[in-house]
Amino acid sequence: MNILFLAHVDESGTVLLKAAYEALGAALDVAAQTASTLTIGLVGEDVQSVANSVAAAGARILAVAGQDFAHPRYATDAAAVEAICKTVAADIVIAPGTSRFLRVMPGVASRLHGRVDTHITALDLVDGVLTAKRWFYRQRLEAIIQRQARPWFLVVDPGCHQAWSRAAVPAKVEMIAVQLPPEAKRTMHTGVRVPNADAQTIRPDAKLLFVAGAGWSKKQADGKTHLPEAEAIILEFLRSSGASLGGSKSLVDQSGENQAVLGFMTHLNQIGQTGSTPRHPKGLSTCCHGEEPHAVGWRFINERRAVNLDSNCGWARGKADVLYVADAFEVMSKLNRLLASQRKEA
Amino acid sequence: MNAYHIVVCAGIVPDPLQTLEPITTPTGPALKNEMMLPAVLDPWASHALYEAANLATRAPGSKVWLVSAAPKAKLQQVMMNVAQKASFELVPIDAPASGFADAHTVARLLAEAIQSIPGLDRPRLLLFGGWESASRGAGVTMQLVGEGLGVIDQFQGVDQLTVQPDGSFEILERIEGGRHLVSVCQGPPMLLGWATGSLPEPKNNPQVGMANMRTIMPALQKAKAAPLPHGEIRYLSVTPPQQQRQTRIVKDRSADEIAAELSAWILQD
Repeated sequence: MNILFLAHVDESGTVLLKAAYEALGAALDVAAQTASTLTIGLVGEDVQSVANSVAAAGARILAVAGQDFAHPRYATDAAAVEAICKTVAADIVIAPGTSRFLRVMPGVASRLHGRVDTHITALDLVDGVLTAKRWFYRQRLEAIIQRQARPWFLVVDPGCHQAWSRAAVPAKVEMIAVQLPPEAKRTMHTGVRVPNADAQTIRPDAKLLFVAGAGWSKKQADGKTHLPEAEAIILEFLRSSGASLGGSKSLVDQSGENQAVLGFMTHLNQIGQTGSTPRHPKGLSTCCHGEEPHAVGWRFINERRAVNLDSNCGWARGKADVLYVADAFEVMSKLNRLLASQRKEA
Repeated sequence: MNAYHIVVCAGIVPDPLQTLEPITTPTGPALKNEMMLPAVLDPWASHALYEAANLATRAPGSKVWLVSAAPKAKLQQVMMNVAQKASFELVPIDAPASGFADAHTVARLLAEAIQSIPGLDRPRLLLFGGWESASRGAGVTMQLVGEGLGVIDQFQGVDQLTVQPDGSFEILERIEGGRHLVSVCQGPPMLLGWATGSLPEPKNNPQVGMANMRTIMPALQKAKAAPLPHGEIRYLSVTPPQQQRQTRIVKDRSADEIAAELSAWILQD
């Protein structure tokens, strides 16, 4: 069986994303279990340094490189990946679930009359046949699947496999020339924009997810809202803990309805059925009821704690390990002070 | 501003508040009582529809089609509400809306339905949809539809589309770390898989609903059944997550005590 592992150079132009090394680990495992040949395919402006970083895997390395492939763009990325796949004549294509590859892999699978499955959380062999595990209905049902069609494109979610790591060694890279028609360049990359925020609040590699629910923007015991205070408490906690910020749908939707909300909270922070499903070892929810549509976004959070005034909220019904029935304003203020003093001592 | 032909692909999904239980049928996995579950228009595809309607309003002469593959009885129920949100012409495909159906097959049906729309002008075509569904959740169907129609300017996780004075489009796509990739495309044909966009859900407008339903009902009656072949994917198992945590509920503790416990937990490796 021919297995092709694909990766692209990150925005800095010099390294692969962590998700790529994780997917490479998965690809190497599958290749070893099936006694298959593994080939590595790379896309980017200059691939030599990243090729060096994966050379110790001992696989043949092919690449499509050049200025036209420096930035994500469907037409050029699809042409590059298609050219590599055709050269290798792969039966199985394994790629990391980055935004760049999630955009382009289905189209390439279609061009090669193959099939594609994304958000793969595990690859395994069942009775000698390659199987993939993924979730359906937004992390509410988990399925194990097989396909007969080849090539089978498997796009692996970040955080699902140990990242492969070896020291860099000089790599021999076989370059593939790709001729691009003018229509492939109708789209121009113009930059990367960070959403309006006082700070970068989304940190995929953080150990802790901190979720703020709609309660932060509601009237408190004195009959008034305390949004500036809520903003200060949350931002201080994010700074001192290094946590990534998530929000419930009810909170992030308020900005669309022109209500007063936390200024740094956008739809990008939304966790849940219509938001994201991040992977962090721990999660702390505050002022959020933990109803099912939100809690499905916590599927991959291992340790979960919540602070809520309602002892009958969703978190109490088996969705959190610990529920503190308390006022989040008060608890988080005290927690900030504690973390600050511990930082000083350190 | 130029006039656009905007085609929105949108499926229907079980209401997010419903409990889902998998069952095995002769044609593969399915949801228990699937036809009885209340359904809604797929959330991210709904945002695509709102963005399409908004763009059509700002570009006189534009038209919006909503292409949906779903059992027509369920689709009719969903349309009673959706039709009040925006003006569009429905192109229904009477097919299962199951998340377990193969995306490649569904994409082929959608592409064929789009190609059969009378008067659709490809140089003005904007193909909209959600970047992922709330059923299959794969984020592949739109790209497959685009490939089927030969559209190679594709964008996924779109939060903003801005028409520039020269007729080009600036597109913001979600990328890692809560950031947006910014691109400029010369113009249609383009495909956009929308994330949340930037528009709130429109309020119900009964007049728009009545106008839409005049064309929706005949379209639903004429919708041809398109059974989906099975066997593309072999499902070895489909299971709901079993993990139920034993929640420790902490009451009557001071904020200081709780903060101390949380601090120790956060700093623990």
